[in-house]
Amino acid sequence: MNVTDRMIGQLTSGEREAALVICGVTALAGAALGLVGRHDVVAWHGLLILLFAGGFGFLLMTRIGLPEPTGDRGTSYYDDPIKAGITLAMAWAVFGMFMGVWVAAQLAWPDLAFDGGWSTFGRLRPTHTTGVIFGFGGNALIATSFHVVQRTSRARLAGQISPWFVLLGYNLFCLLAVSGYLLGVTQSKEYAEAEWYADLWLVIVWVTYFILYLRTLARRREPHIYVANWYFMAFIVVVAILHIVNNLALPVSWGHAKSYTIWPGVQDAMVQWWYGHNAVAFFLTAGFLGMLYYYLPVRAERPIFSYRLSILSFWGITFFYMWAGSHHLHYTALPHWVQTLGMTFSVMLLVPSWASAGNALLTLNGAWHRVRDDATLRFMMAAAVFYGISTFEGSFLAIRPVNALSHYTDWTVGHVHAGALGWVALITFGSFYTLVPRLWKRERMYSAALVEVHFWLSIAGTLIYVFAMWNSGIIQGLMWRTYTEDGALAYSFVDSLVAMYPYYIARAFGGLLFLIGAIVGCYNMWMTVRAVPEATRRAADEPVAAAVPGE
Amino acid sequence: MEVKERDPVTGRQTTGHEWNGIKELDTPVPRGVLIFLIVTHIWAIAWWFLVPSWPIGTTYTKGFLGVDQHTTVEQSIVQGQAERAPWTERVVAEPYETILADTALMQTVRSAGGQLFGDNCAACHGRDASGRAGYPDLTDDDWLWGGEPETIEQTLRLGINAAHPDSRIAQMPAFGRDQMLERTQIHDVAAFVFSLSNPDYSTEETVDRIASGREVFAASCAACHGDAGEGIADIGAPNLTDDRWVYGGDMETIIASVHGGRQGHMPTWDERMTDAEIRTLSLYVHDLGMRRP
Repeated sequence: MNVTDRMIGQLTSGEREAALVICGVTALAGAALGLVGRHDVVAWHGLLILLFAGGFGFLLMTRIGLPEPTGDRGTSYYDDPIKAGITLAMAWAVFGMFMGVWVAAQLAWPDLAFDGGWSTFGRLRPTHTTGVIFGFGGNALIATSFHVVQRTSRARLAGQISPWFVLLGYNLFCLLAVSGYLLGVTQSKEYAEAEWYADLWLVIVWVTYFILYLRTLARRREPHIYVANWYFMAFIVVVAILHIVNNLALPVSWGHAKSYTIWPGVQDAMVQWWYGHNAVAFFLTAGFLGMLYYYLPVRAERPIFSYRLSILSFWGITFFYMWAGSHHLHYTALPHWVQTLGMTFSVMLLVPSWASAGNALLTLNGAWHRVRDDATLRFMMAAAVFYGISTFEGSFLAIRPVNALSHYTDWTVGHVHAGALGWVALITFGSFYTLVPRLWKRERMYSAALVEVHFWLSIAGTLIYVFAMWNSGIIQGLMWRTYTEDGALAYSFVDSLVAMYPYYIARAFGGLLFLIGAIVGCYNMWMTVRAVPEATRRAADEPVAAAVPGE
Repeated sequence: MEVKERDPVTGRQTTGHEWNGIKELDTPVPRGVLIFLIVTHIWAIAWWFLVPSWPIGTTYTKGFLGVDQHTTVEQSIVQGQAERAPWTERVVAEPYETILADTALMQTVRSAGGQLFGDNCAACHGRDASGRAGYPDLTDDDWLWGGEPETIEQTLRLGINAAHPDSRIAQMPAFGRDQMLERTQIHDVAAFVFSLSNPDYSTEETVDRIASGREVFAASCAACHGDAGEGIADIGAPNLTDDRWVYGGDMETIIASVHGGRQGHMPTWDERMTDAEIRTLSLYVHDLGMRRP
C-alpha cells in the first residue's frame, strides 16, 4: 500500500464521496473562471485550479473502492495532514529561499534577469516573499497547529476532510499567488499581492481552518487551554480579519485578473500597513510563538518559566501590535498624529515581546547542558534570542527620528531577515526536528551531525546577511542625508548603489548558506523517514481521552 | 485533578496544569519587567503630551511643542535654501564667464553638479558622462548643439524632440524606410560617410561607390550636415568627419541610420529643476568637456 492509498484509506466511503464533490465543485469553478476569462491572463489560473482540483479528484476516484477504515478513528490522533504539511513546508522553503538567493544575486549582478519579463526583479521578489512567508511559514504553522492542538487537547482533529481541505486549499492559494507574479498578476500590495479570486479562495480556506480549530478545542479533554493554542487562535482569527479588510477590492470584471482596492489614497496606505505589520505580528510572531511554547518545553523537558509572564506577553502582544502599523508610514502624507500613535505603541510593545523571549530562555534554566549538546534545542534557543533582538530593533526603528535614517534603506531588509531567518525559520527547523521523529515514530533523526551542520549554516547565513544589511542600510541612510559645506547633497543615489555592491554580494552569500542548510535539513528529514528504525522505547504521547458518553 | 508540584531546579511551584507532559511554573512576573513596562508607558505618554497624537472628533491633540510635520518640512526647505543661497544666487545672477573664472565657485559647482548629474542625467549619459550608443558622450569636445554653457542651458531647458513647446527638434529622416533613397544609393552614401573619417577606405575598388555616394550626400544630406559633412550645431546635425559617433561609426550602423533615420530624445528640465540647478548643471557639463580635449 502506498502513502496515498493509506491516507485515503483513512476516510470512509462517504467521506471520500464528499471530498470528491468538493474537488469537483472547485474544478468547475476553475473551469468557469478560465472560460469567462479566456481573453485574459486569468485563464491560466482557471486552468491551474481545474488541474489542481481535478488531480486530487482523480486520486480519490481511483481509490473510491478501497476498504472502509477499521477500528475507532476517534481514539487516535489525525497525523496524516501534519505529515503532508511538513513535507510541503520544506518544499516551499527550498523554493522560496532559492528565489531569495536569486533576487539577492540580481541586485549585485542585474544581468541575472536574463532579459526575461517573468524573471525581472519586480516579479521574482514577491515569489520569494510569498514562497517563504506563506509557502514555508504558512504550511509549517498549519502542520504544527494541527499537532499541538490535538496533543494539548487530548482530542482528535474535529474533521476528516477539513484538515485536508485547509492544507491543500491553502497550497492552491500559494500556487495561484506565486504563478500569478510570474505572469505579471499583482495587486501591488506588499505581502498581499495575490489578486481577488485567489483572495476569495483563501477566505473560504481560512474560515474552514478557524472552524476546525475551534471545534477541536471544544472537544478537548483538558480543563485548560494551553498557551500555544492562544497564540494559534490569535494567528487564525486576526489573519482572517486582516486578509479580508486589506483585500476588499472590485475586479474589473469576472473575467479579469485585475482589481482595484476600495480604499482611497492615504487610507489605502494605512490599511495596507495595518495589514502588513499585523501580518508580521500575527502570522510571523503569534503563530510561531505557539510553536515555541509547545516544542521548546517538550525538547528541553522543562516546565514553562512563568505562566503569569505568558499571560502578560500574550495580551500585550495582541493589544499593542494592532496599533503599530502606522510606523511604516513615518514622514508621509499620513497625518502626524497617526504616526505618533504608531511609534508610541511600537515602543510599548517591546516589553511584552521581550517577556516572551525571556520566558522562553528562562524555561531553559536547568536544561542548558541540553542546549549545548542538542542542536535541535539550540535552534529554538537561538530563535528566542533572535526574536528578542529583532523585536528590540523593531521598536527602535519605529521611533520617528531613527526611522528618518533607516526608512527606505537596507536596514529595514536586514531587520526583516533577522526576524524571518533568525526567528521564524530557526524556530520552525527546531520544531520540525523535534516533531519529525515523533510523528513518524522513529527513534531519532537520521543524523544528529547533519542537524549540527544545518544549525551552523543557518547561524552563519543569518549573521552574514544581517550584518551586511545593517552596514549597507546605515551607509545608504547616511549617504542620502550628507550635505557638503555648501548645503548641497554630497552624493547622488547612484553613488549609494555603488557603495552597496560588496554588501549585496555578502547578502547573497549569506542567503546561499541558509538555503544550503535548508536542503541539508530536507535530506535529513527524508532519510529519517526512510532509514531510521521505528521507535520502540520512546515515551508515547498521552492518548486521546475517551469521549464522554452521549456525545 | 490539579496537582501542584515543586520544581527542583528553580524551587518554584507549578500551576498544576499539564498538557501532554508540558507543565508551567507559577513564577511571578519579575520586577524588572514591570519597571521596564512602566518606563516605556511613561515614555509614550510623554510623547502624547508633546506632539500631535490622539484624534478627537474631527481634530486631534496638537501637543505642547506645537510641532507639525508639514511646517517642519517647510522650515527645513527654507533653511536648506538659505544655506545654499551664497553660491546659488551667484550662479543664477552672474554671467557664465565670471563664474568660470572663479576657481572657488567652480569647485562648488563641480561638487553640487556631480550630485545633480548622478541623480538626473547618469541614467542615460552614464555615471562618468561618457555616454553609450544613442546617448552622446559629454566628456569630449564634440557637441551636437554646442558646448558653451549658454547652449547647454538651452538644451537642458528645452530638451531635444521633447514636450517643451520650443523644444529643439532634430530629425534624421528614414531615407530607406520612407523610400527617399534607393538601396544602392544608401550603400553608396554610407561608403562616402564612412570614408570621411576613414581615409584609408578609399581604394581602387571603392572609389566609384564613394564618388556616387558623394553625389547622393550633396543632394540629400548636405542641407543639414553641411557640404563638408562637418555638421551644423544650430540644428543639432552631427559632424560626420570625426571619430565621435552618437549611434556608432561602423558601416552597418551608418547604413541603419540612413535607412531608418534617427530621432534622439532628451527631456525638457525646465519645469523640473530650479534655475540654479539648471545653470549649475550647464556649467558642470561644459566643464566636463573642458577637462578632456
